[in-house]
Amino acid sequence: MHENEQISGNRRKIQDIMLRHSSKRRLMDKIVSALAVVGVLAAIIPLGSILLEVIKNGASAITIELVTQPPGAMGSATSGGIAPAIQGTLIVIGLATLIGAPVGILTGIFLSEFAPGNGLFPSAVRLFSDVLTGLPSVVIGIVGYLTIVLTTGSFSVLAGAFSLSIIMIPIVVRITEETLKIVPNSIREAGQSLGIAKWKITLFIVLKSAKSGVITGIVLAISRIAGETAPLIMTILGTSLFFSSFTNPVDALPLRIWRLASQPYDSAHSQGWGAALILIIVVMILSMALRLLTQRKGFKVKASHV
Amino acid sequence: MTSENEGFLDGALLNPSSKKGNDLHLKQEQRYKVSIKNLDAWFGTKQALKNINLDIKPNAATAIIGPSGCGKTTLIRCLNRMHEMTPGATAKGHIIIDGDIDIYHKSVDPVIIKRRIGMVFQKPNPFPTMSIYDNVSAGLKLNGVKDKRLIKDVVKESLEGAALWDEVKDELDKPGIGLSGGQQQRLCIARALAMQPEVLLMDEPTSALDPIASSKIEELVHVLKKELTIITVTHNMLQAARVSDYTAFMYLGELIEYGPTSQIFKTPQKELTERYISGKFG
Amino acid sequence: MTAAACYTLVMIILVAFSVGNGSKDVFLKEGFFSFLSGTDWNSVEGRESYGALPYIIGTLISSALAVAIGVPISLGIAIFLSEMAPPKASVPLSFIIELLAAVPSIIYGLWALFVFRFWVRDLVETPLHNAFGGSIPFFAKTPFGLDVFTAGIVLAIMIIPIVSSISREVIKAVPNSQREAAYSLGATRWETVRIAIFPYAKSGLLGAAILGLGRAIGETILVTMIIGNTIGIAAIPTSLFSQSQTLSSLIANEFNEASSNLQLSALIGLGAVLLILTMGINVGAQLLVSRMVKVSAGGRE
Repeated sequence: MHENEQISGNRRKIQDIMLRHSSKRRLMDKIVSALAVVGVLAAIIPLGSILLEVIKNGASAITIELVTQPPGAMGSATSGGIAPAIQGTLIVIGLATLIGAPVGILTGIFLSEFAPGNGLFPSAVRLFSDVLTGLPSVVIGIVGYLTIVLTTGSFSVLAGAFSLSIIMIPIVVRITEETLKIVPNSIREAGQSLGIAKWKITLFIVLKSAKSGVITGIVLAISRIAGETAPLIMTILGTSLFFSSFTNPVDALPLRIWRLASQPYDSAHSQGWGAALILIIVVMILSMALRLLTQRKGFKVKASHV
Repeated sequence: MTSENEGFLDGALLNPSSKKGNDLHLKQEQRYKVSIKNLDAWFGTKQALKNINLDIKPNAATAIIGPSGCGKTTLIRCLNRMHEMTPGATAKGHIIIDGDIDIYHKSVDPVIIKRRIGMVFQKPNPFPTMSIYDNVSAGLKLNGVKDKRLIKDVVKESLEGAALWDEVKDELDKPGIGLSGGQQQRLCIARALAMQPEVLLMDEPTSALDPIASSKIEELVHVLKKELTIITVTHNMLQAARVSDYTAFMYLGELIEYGPTSQIFKTPQKELTERYISGKFG
Repeated sequence: MTAAACYTLVMIILVAFSVGNGSKDVFLKEGFFSFLSGTDWNSVEGRESYGALPYIIGTLISSALAVAIGVPISLGIAIFLSEMAPPKASVPLSFIIELLAAVPSIIYGLWALFVFRFWVRDLVETPLHNAFGGSIPFFAKTPFGLDVFTAGIVLAIMIIPIVSSISREVIKAVPNSQREAAYSLGATRWETVRIAIFPYAKSGLLGAAILGLGRAIGETILVTMIIGNTIGIAAIPTSLFSQSQTLSSLIANEFNEASSNLQLSALIGLGAVLLILTMGINVGAQLLVSRMVKVSAGGRE
């Protein structure tokens, strides 16, 4: 009897307490929800501001002169343009891709098709690829300097492309491997049952169906390295001249923007914004193209994971 | 009821004491613990429940049976308003508790309902990072209960009520997921009991358990129904026959037949019921 | 093809070797530990002496700020997108957050230098300085907007995409049965996050935060544009509004103008320190995230 009384006494106590706390808990829930929204705004507002400022300040600076002329003397009336930087960016990125894409794709194919398990070698390759992803780009620039600039005796396109390719390769490797993994095994088995050699199956059948994913990976990697500044500082050096040879310094958009921003002249800053606008358009277009490509295949690749 | 309770449940009260109230009407519906009236439910545009009318008696176990897809789980999830937590899921109708609160009234906060109507799921889901003690007291602490002695008492009560106390009383601080499947399910029952619910919903509570663990749970239902109203969904007809006082048979979203268990199983009124019971389909 | 795969191994060895080799001069001269704890940065011939301490501190403080500000915001975003937002809203919103990641850091730098620093200076730093400058040392120096505080804030913005997107994946990996358990006890949405999601996702979320830390530590060009670029002892921040210098920003500033081989070696030495720091952090983060994924996969049986 006593226990029953105690139980129903407890029950009443608890029900009372629950009722008393209801509104406080609802309030807490609302506060946290509001904070979460604030968090989202904290991300969106800067993005909006960045895009706004780049467009606003950059648009007025875009002229034919900007895009076709080399830089004039600092602070002079004819401020010139950033054409060498545009040219340089294209060349360095092109070369980096030429080096990085094949290596990355081949490694990705290797990991997915020829050594998919957890053997020592493939695990090591994957691990090291991941480690490479995390390296600060300035350190990669140092490596490029020590490996190429010092040995060839000059800052050069080659050194810059080399450094950028180091950044590019792990990205391409990972995405290629992931894309290939998604290709259903039945396709491979169909090829095998027809007696086709493995490398042919991989190259002509499997890779073909994974094509858009792999291209996505490359595009993503390009959009990433297009914006890199640090590795270029100590490899291509930057210059106000147009491209002359692969073993000479060259300019690039991120570097040029940095140099322009560091100058005390408004005209330089204005050019900097113009260059930034061009750069952001290139990068955004590449990322956007990425999104369109991936959405069609339902394949999730994220710029932020790169 | 405290004034806070009246405050936000005002509109939901069918017969608030201050109004005229229809005494006869009141008495009739108080015979039922849960009264489901004209309940429809959808997943998007697909209708899962069609005009369900069902009166659940208090202090008894009611089983809901039927073939896969008949809507029995949907129905039970409407009873504590978990149904609409699925994106795109909606429900319309009235579910009246104790003859005086319609839980589907627009002024009712679905969170509050779950304190009076507890639920146990098909696969035991204790909180893996919490000890046995913390699992059982989780609901209490959430609701603001701070008195340590009160919590201790209730944890003991709840574990006893779930027939788990003797097995774990010396290991209350061990992690909840260290228990066997059957014990975990009883732990989840204890967790639900700690909230002092009036109704306990059980969604196929033994389908993930071995026969011995299942029978322990069935024994539990027999004991618990003296204090609570239990509604269980099961696809195991024999279990329904063993455990429940009343059985409801559903098919394709409709309630086909409902009555005392012995009647449903021995002398079903509808042909569909008879065919299901005798295993001709489902 | 195997040759291509070997490339990654070769690269790592190359990195380790060249950085080690390039920095050995300064380590030999100064001694490894005194380099780490020294505060000189003197390139005058005959009196050369280099120490990394101020820049280690600058790196740690700016990154700690970035994490302190960026991780809570990222968690808020992750919770919002996975638990609160209707699916129609969450797709465009997560797209927008991804866009933040696509913006090159030089452009963050440009924006921070010409626009954002004034916001920070006028809306946050000056009021704080006026109110607490005398009493709390954190707010002591006269704010210019180009300091470790602003650097920390912009770094926070830069790490939001990666921390929030990994957090989202980690939160999505929490089984629905856990959420239902909490809801069935009458928990509110926030309470469900607190008792069913956070404890379960703990190590994964920590991993996400650490990855964000690694990103902040490695950032170069943005930092060099807004942190004030001081050298030597002056680079050790005494208040939030002090100018400072990080390992990476000093390398960027001085590398091409290094006047001696020893100075170059010292800069590479900074790179070595940076390398060790980031590698340790990233390896730790990967372990944590993969451990959480294993737990949830095991728990889903």
